Formats: sequence, structure tokens, C-alpha cells
Amino acid sequence: MKKEKKMATRRDALRKMLQGAGFLGMGGLAWGGYIDEAKATEVILRPPGAITEEDFLKACTRCGECVTACPYDTLKLAEPGDNKPIGTPFFEPRKIPCEMCTEIPCVPVCPSGALDIKSVSTLDEESKKDKLDINKARMGAAIIDKKNCVAFWGIQCDLCYRACPLMDEAISIEYERNERTGKHAFLKPVVNTEVCTGCGLCEAACITEKASIMVLPLHLITGKVSDTYIKGWDENDEKRLEDADEQEVGNSDKALEYLNGDWEDLIDE
Amino acid sequence: MSINRREFLKQSAVASAVAAIGLSVPLKLKAAQEKIESDWRWDKSVCRFCGTGCGIMIATKNDKIVAVKGDPAAPVNRGLNCIKGYFNAKIMYGEDRLKTPLLRMNDAGEFDKNGKFKPVSWKRAFDEMEKHMKKALKELGPTGIAVFSSGQYTIQEGYAAVKLMKAGLRSNNIDPNARHCMASAVVGFIQTFGIDEPSGCYDDIELTDTIISWGANMSEMHPILWARVSDRKLSNPDKVKIINLSTYTNRTSDLADTEIIFKPSTDIALWNYIAREIVYEHPEAIDEAFVKKYNVFATGPVDTGYGMRMPDHKGFSAKELETVKKEAKKILSDAEGTTLAYKGYKAGDTLEMKSRAGALKHWIISRDEFKKGLELYTLDFVANLAKGDPDESIDSFKAKLQELANFYIEKSRKVVSFWTMGMNQHQRGSWVNEQAYMVHFLLGKQAKPGNGAFSLTGQPSACGTAREVGTFAHRLPADLVVKIPKHREISEKIWRLPSGTLNPKVGSHLMKIHRDIEDSKIKFAWVQVCNPYHNTANANHWIKAARKNDNFLVTSDPYPGISAKVSDLILPTAMIYEKWGAYGNAERRTQHWKQQVTPVGDAMPDVWQIVEMSKRFKIRDVWGAQNIPGLEGGLPDVIADAEAMGYSPNDTLYDVLFANEKAKGFAWPDPIAEGFQNTEAEGDKRTIKGSDGQDWKGYNFFIQKYLWEEYREFGLGHGHDLADFDTYHKVRGLKWPVVDGKETQWRFNSKYDPYAKKANYGEFAFYGKALKKMPQGDLNTPDKEKEKYDLTNKAKIFFRPYMDPVEMPDKEYPLWLATGRVLEHWHSGTMTMRVPELYRAVPEALCFMNPKDAEKYGLKQGDTIWLESRRGKVKTHVETRGRNRPPKGLVYVPWFDEKVFINKVLLDATCPMSKQTDFKKCAVKIYKA
Repeated sequence: MKKEKKMATRRDALRKMLQGAGFLGMGGLAWGGYIDEAKATEVILRPPGAITEEDFLKACTRCGECVTACPYDTLKLAEPGDNKPIGTPFFEPRKIPCEMCTEIPCVPVCPSGALDIKSVSTLDEESKKDKLDINKARMGAAIIDKKNCVAFWGIQCDLCYRACPLMDEAISIEYERNERTGKHAFLKPVVNTEVCTGCGLCEAACITEKASIMVLPLHLITGKVSDTYIKGWDENDEKRLEDADEQEVGNSDKALEYLNGDWEDLIDE
Repeated sequence: MSINRREFLKQSAVASAVAAIGLSVPLKLKAAQEKIESDWRWDKSVCRFCGTGCGIMIATKNDKIVAVKGDPAAPVNRGLNCIKGYFNAKIMYGEDRLKTPLLRMNDAGEFDKNGKFKPVSWKRAFDEMEKHMKKALKELGPTGIAVFSSGQYTIQEGYAAVKLMKAGLRSNNIDPNARHCMASAVVGFIQTFGIDEPSGCYDDIELTDTIISWGANMSEMHPILWARVSDRKLSNPDKVKIINLSTYTNRTSDLADTEIIFKPSTDIALWNYIAREIVYEHPEAIDEAFVKKYNVFATGPVDTGYGMRMPDHKGFSAKELETVKKEAKKILSDAEGTTLAYKGYKAGDTLEMKSRAGALKHWIISRDEFKKGLELYTLDFVANLAKGDPDESIDSFKAKLQELANFYIEKSRKVVSFWTMGMNQHQRGSWVNEQAYMVHFLLGKQAKPGNGAFSLTGQPSACGTAREVGTFAHRLPADLVVKIPKHREISEKIWRLPSGTLNPKVGSHLMKIHRDIEDSKIKFAWVQVCNPYHNTANANHWIKAARKNDNFLVTSDPYPGISAKVSDLILPTAMIYEKWGAYGNAERRTQHWKQQVTPVGDAMPDVWQIVEMSKRFKIRDVWGAQNIPGLEGGLPDVIADAEAMGYSPNDTLYDVLFANEKAKGFAWPDPIAEGFQNTEAEGDKRTIKGSDGQDWKGYNFFIQKYLWEEYREFGLGHGHDLADFDTYHKVRGLKWPVVDGKETQWRFNSKYDPYAKKANYGEFAFYGKALKKMPQGDLNTPDKEKEKYDLTNKAKIFFRPYMDPVEMPDKEYPLWLATGRVLEHWHSGTMTMRVPELYRAVPEALCFMNPKDAEKYGLKQGDTIWLESRRGKVKTHVETRGRNRPPKGLVYVPWFDEKVFINKVLLDATCPMSKQTDFKKCAVKIYKA
């Protein structure tokens, strides 16, 4: 399960090469390539604790420490052709998911703050100190293609659910009667994106040819509701009002423009 | 007719839906469907995997399986499958499929026990088998050979194997992997009902109000039945209750209203608590009319040991002996001091195991005696004994037990109790099976729609083949047994054997076959449709014995597993859809299928392998007098009698057993098989070189049909009635007994079961014939003075006391170890680990443990650890999350993964009655690797 030493050596070499590519890239042809790859994809999953993508790209020094620290070879440094900003760490869960190590070896080694240790820590009640908590990671979130997920056909699968380290929290099962057979309930997986860490163990486990549950960066799959409507049935929802922007009164000539328009337009000729 | 894809999809959906509700498909629609599908062929079959018995449809094209679908017309699953069933189309085409016989040879091309496997012809393979089998027979007689048989045999394969071994070679050393899986259930049935297999059927799920799961993680092990349970729960969530009893939290708890986590083995005490609640606290709940008319009370000895060898046996390590010594005598614990007080014992006393050989003995007792036995199983006593989660409060646990008892007791509430390996793989597995019937009988909640104790099966044909055909060391088809003269006589008549041919001495059960090989009492063994060197506890012993002793092991397998690896000869074997066959599932449903495709490579079906072997023996080789250890006088010479019956001493067993006149009456081709091939009957397009080195062109008769029709003669008119061969090819299975073309849903109930009606005994008749004249006595002993009690048409209610498992956690080995399966993999993974998707999903067996235990032993999620017992150790990885969540003090490791060979660690203690190994409990320690 955990990687062997020789893999680490190979990766060190790769890391040095990519760091070199980054420096070289400051001038000449490679730079163009770098920009292209940086712009190329939004679909990139970063290590636990990564700050927002925009800030991450500025902060990350491409040192590869997180990649070296990862005991499962989950993290890789982007190479030319990966269509990702070269030298930055990322992972592809269908190939190797994040195993959600409780000690999160990849984060504390980050020298630049691109991986924010605070964002994956909680206050330990006893010691009153911050304690690493991988469950706080938000590398992405899983979404389900309900058309191709065989559980939605009625097949008894729910493999993603069983693979989920936060079973019953990040993925739960919704039971629904099956009118088609009259006697075999559907057991449908449902992702709670608020809890899902984006580790991708579900995506790795999915038995369809191309995974029918996949992890995407959170910002790509989450909508946002306006703060002007609060759920009447959920007391907690009021918290959104705390950071709501104050609404400003509009200030334009729109009213006068309307009023001074031809009134004759209102009636028939 | 032109029809576009979209329209086709629409029409197939209609066709499926129509089929599902049992209407016939409009002809026009059917014609359209057939036209579109002309490129491939759909035909009905069954899922290869578990005992649920789901129907599937198989699409073939160019002699290859291209797809499967759930069979919409199959009553069990109505078009659905679980995730293993979903991959039936992929199991036959793994990249390491075995295509040719392989023999261990030296450079000179001779067999060499220490040589490497090299391809040989089928002829060479049979030559070697013949040589080594005859050598073993000559040296040791019929007990010197053995067959590891299977609950995954087709019915015909099992029947052919039993016939060759028992009728031909006169050896009862044939025993299935079902011994590991169902033997305790069988003893429970035979002792209680006098006949094997459940009274109820899956329809009970839709008809009951309460589903109580005892040591059966149905959600992973019987997913389609679990879907039905889930649907029943959704249909009336307030009324329908589900309780999951287990030694660790598993996925079956998800849907359960209540989860009860108990200490390993204390289920015996839990059942007694429920019975005590009924008898002492709620006597009004007893169905007096039922119990008086249909039940008697019984009990048996307790000093029966634990199914291990005695400590004086050579070959045990000092560490092993710490546990094994208890096989001879054991110092009673505090709990046993209480529960065995009725026998005059107290804590600290030594219990001498004097009834090891007589574990099955039992006698009738009075209802008062039975009541006396239950007295001490109060809520307080049982709760303190059984609470399995140290973090749960005793009050919470007591409340759950009370609720459990109340559900059983509630007069108008229907209750089904399901169980599988938790109760079967148990050092007192036969007892705990009997106890389930005890509670259901007291309440009159047995053999009624929606009411009953229901033993679920693990394997696809553990019922259909292993049990019904009787591929066990003590059995013959249809519940007949070798040791009863009348049963041998019936069998000899059907098989046309001279009287006295059959061996009356029970053969070696599976565990004993391994032990006999270790002790060089067996020197030739043939593994068929199973993986005994992977699936047997205490594996270090058996693997060393296989490789280091002077013996010859043959494994028939489509894929290389541990058994193949430790063998001397490997036979490439056809898989399920490459041959004609039939399976019988857990609700007594028999289902047949046709050969769909030609086997790959030179692989050949098991029936062919067995029958070809029979050609290598002449009557005069095997029907002379034979020495059988432990059988005075041995087996008689029956050659003269055989001649009197018209046989010649030079007739082969093939002539007598398989290609006799009756067999040849089943002509091939046959209209029922139109459009389908039959590798055994007519050869196939490969024209492989057969066992004689000549082109294989078939037997020229319909051998599978013959085997079926002869086999069914055993059960007709005896409550085991099966339909004729052709009928099964027209229906989606039938639940036996099939009388006048009609299946039986609830046995022993006169309203549904023609045999119960025929008994003319009342609403019910427990008409099973076995063990129906029993001695009488008190709780402690049988009374030889008293006359035997005749309990025709009645069933027994047993009193059984709680006893500790033989090995429990201690200072040095502080944790319980339980093993089992996962949904994604089937048994030892020889098939499912070859399906890339299932392999990717669960590539490795992990050690599930409580996070607090991990912390206690300084371990983290994912750490590599050694898991070690007195017998062996394995490396595995720590899993503190996910599907199985053990309480503190217990770890769980699935057994499918040969890289995490957990059976090296396990103890080979068995239920002394059923000889079924307890895979659910032994003591281990863990440390960082």
C-alpha cells in the first residue's frame, strides 16, 4: 500500500528536473508554455490545505516537499503535457486517491504557506492546541453522474459509500422503493459536499468503466445563493446574514429615463 | 421491419417490464426484439456467486459472452443484480485463465514433486492421476484418497463426483467447502426437523414485520435480499423493525432500528435469554396448541471438545498446545461455572471432554426440565456476559435485549430470523442453530408465511449440490446417509450396484482430509471447484503437508490460486457458462442453464474430468475386498455379485456408473437443447485431444440430463421431489418439493406443503424422518431404563447452555479476530480479483479496528502491522474507518486476499457436532511491522 523507497528516489530526480524547468521558464520559449498550462485548466485537485487557486499559484514555490512527504504517491508535480501549471503539486484520484492520512504529512512540510496548516487543523479541547484534522480538508468534492451510476439503476453497489472514509457523513445512502420490481429498494449514494474532503477514494473505487462519481474542485461544482433569502426552516442558515454585504441603494438615471420616455407608446395608435 | 435504436430501447423496456409482472410479451413486440437482437443471443442462466440465486440473462456473440443482464422474470431479483452479479460477463476472460494441464516436472519430463509446472496433454494428466491414485489405493485402500468438493459444483458435477467416489471407488472421503459454511445449519435442521433445509422462502421478507439478523451481514453478503429487506422497511417504516446482531458494526446496521453488539459466542446466551423471557415472564406468549402438538424438548452432552485433534498428536508447536490442550480437558470459567451448574460443575472445575465422539447424541426431556435449564439466563446475567462494546452502558444494552425479546414475543408481530456464518462458523454452531428454532417454536412462529427462523446459505449451490446431492463424507443424495443400511440399500438399487458395495464408514470431513494428508493417511487428493488451501484455518499446517509429504494433489481450477500453487497437477477447468448445469439456492429453488459458449483454451468441464477418470478403473481394481481402518471386516468383495448382475470384472467404472444402458437412453441431440452446444455430449469446435490422446468427440448421449434424471430418483416421493430436466429449462426455477408440477413455498405447513397434508397430522407436520425415536432423560443424562420416545411428525426444541470459546483474548494475545467476506469479492477472489473493476475497488484486505485500539497500540490509519496468533502471522494495513467498525478489543480481516493470508492465523477449532470451522474467533496480537 505505502510506497517503497526506490519510488522516492525516482521522484526526487523528477522534482529537480521540474524545478529546473520552472527556473528556465523565466525566459524564452518555456515561459510561454508555462503560461499556457497555467491558464489551461481549472480542473486541478491540490493537496489538502491548499489556499485558493489564484493565491496558491503565487505562493507555491514548486519545491515538491509535499510530494516527497506523501506516503502513497498520490501527489505529483505537474510535468509538461499534464496541462497543468508546471511544477505544482496535484493529484488524480482515479489513479491514486488521497488516503486521508490522519497525520497529513504533506502539509506541515510546505515552506511557503501554499498549503495552510491552519485550514486542516482543529482546536483540541484538552490541550487547547491546534491538532491536525484531515476531515477539514477541502481538496474538492465528489459529484455523481446519476445516469450512469448503477446504484440509480437498482444494482446493489454503493461501493463509493463503502470506500468513503467519512461514510454516512460525506456519502450517505438514500433508500427509495423500487416500483419497477415492487420489492427491491434502491440504495442511492448521496454526497454531502459540505463534508466531502475530495479525497477521491470513491472515484478510485467506482466500478463503472469511467467513474460515475468524480471529484472536482469545489468552486466548479458549488453554486452560491444570495444572502437575501434565509431558509425559514433552518436556524443555522441565519449565520449567512453575519457576513452579508449591506445592500446599497441604487443611484442612476434609470427612473428619469423611463419616466421621460414617450407616454404615447403606452397606447394604441 | 425497420426500427430505430431509440424505439428499440423503448420496446425492450416495455418487454422487460411486462416480463417482470409476469405477462406474456405481445407477439409483434417480441418479433421486433428478436430481430434487433439477432446479432447476439440472450439465454437464461444464474449468477455464479452467492446463495441468493439471482437469475441472469446472458448475451453471447461469436461464441463469447458479451454481456449479462438481470433476468426481469426471475422471482428472486426481478432484473437486478449486486455488483458481483453485474460482472458475471467478465469473470471468464481474466488474463491468467488456465488453458492447459500443468504438471510439476523435472528436466527429463518426469513428474517431480519439487519440479516446476509445465504444460502437459490431457492424456498425460490422466496417466499421472491414475498412477498416483492407484498407488494410494494400493497402499491405503479407499480411505487413502480424497476429493475436496464444493457448494459451487453444478448439481450434476456433485452427483458425478459422489457417484465415482462412493459407488465406484468405495471411498467416503469426499467433503465440500460447504463444510466450512453450512454444516452447523445442516446439523441444526437434521436434529430439529429430521430433514435438511429451510421451511420458509424469500417471500417471507415481504410478508414479515420484523427482520432480525443474527451474525449475517446481509447488506454485503446477500445484497439482493437486503434490497428486498430495505424495500419492506420502506413500505411501512413504523411497523417494520430491523435488528442487527453482530460482534462488530457493519453495513447491515445502517438500516437497522437497533444494533446489538455482543461478545463472540454469547449469542447462545442471548437466545436463552429470549426463551427465558417467553417461558418465565410471558408464558401467555407460548403458542400452547402448537408446542403441545408439534414439539418435544431435548438436550445433549456438553463435554464434547472443540473439534481439534487431541494434544498428544505430534506436530503441534508449544504455542499451539496452549489452546489445543483444552481439547482433552478445560478449566471452567466463572461464566461456565454458572451455566454448567446444572451438570454439577462450578467455576475452576475441570471439564473432561468425554463425549467428543458422541457430540451428536441427544435425548428427550420434559418441558419442566427445559424450563429449569433456562432459569439462570436472566437479563442481568446475560447482559453482563454478552455486552460486546466496552463503550456501551449496561443499561443501554439491557434495554436493547429487552426490546429484542419483546419483538419476538409480541403476539401479532411476524418475525423472521436470518443468519449465516456468524451462527454457523461457531464452536457451538449446531447448538445456536437449534436455539433459533427453539424461540420460533415456543411462539408458534415457524413454517408460516412471514414467520420463521431462516438459515441463509453462502454458496450458489451449497443447498442444491453439497447438501441435496450429498457431497459430504457422511451423506448420499436426498438426505440419505452412508451409515444407515437401508439408505445404502436404496442407493445401491438406484445405482445398480451389488449389495455391500457402498462403504458404511463415514469418511473424513474437510478438516480431517487436511489432517489426514498431514498424517499421511491420505496420499491422493483432488480439489474440485474450491480453494481449500486458501480457505481453511491454520493453513501453515496444510500447505506444508501438501508440499512436503509423499502425496499427489490435483487441482481443477479455471484460475491459479493457492490450491493450484501447492498442487502437483493442475487441470484447466471450464467455467459456469461453458457447460450445462444447475444450482439450488437458499430458498430451495433449483435453477438450470445451458452451455452458452465453448470453454477457453483446452479447459474442460468438471463432469468430463470426473467421468474420464472413471475410465481408468475396472471393477476388478476396486470392487474386491477392501481394508477400511475402523471398519471391522472391511468392505466385502462384490465382484462375483457384480458378475451375477451382468457386469464383467473388466467393465470400467465408466461403463457401470456413467455410460450404462439407462444413460445411453438420454439421446443427444435433444429438442430441449436445440441451438445449444454440449462439450461433453458431442465435443466442440476445438477438437481437443482427450484423456486417451484421441480427438474428443463426445459421449454421444445427453450426460447432464441423465445425471439429473437419475439423481432425482433419490428424492421422488420422499419430500425431496424435483421436477424433470426439461421443465427447469422452461421456468425460472422451482422450490422443492415439486409435486404435480407445483413448487412448495412453506414446508411442514399443510396449507402449502403436500407432504405435510399427506401426513394427516393437522395444520402442520414435521415429517422429516431422521432421529425421530430418541431416548428420554433429564437435563443431565439420558435414562437408559426409559423407552425410546417416538416423535413422528414433531420437531425438537433443544436446551443448550452457554460455553466459552476455546481460545479467548488474554494478556499475550489481547484481541479477538473475526474474518469474513466483502461485497466486492467472492470467497478467495479467484474470479472477482480478475475483474479489473472489482480489483480496483477493493485490491487488498485491510485490518479493520477501533480507532481507540489503534491509538492504544501506537498505530495510525494505513500503518503496516503484523497480526499474529499462536499459529501464524500476516502483514496487513490498519483501517480505522469505513464499512466495518469493531468495538474495542476486536479486529476484523476479510479473507479473500491471498497476499493477506489470514487463514494462517486462524484456529481450526470446529463445532464438534458439525465439524464446521469457527472462522469468527481466535485470539491475536498486533504490532507495527
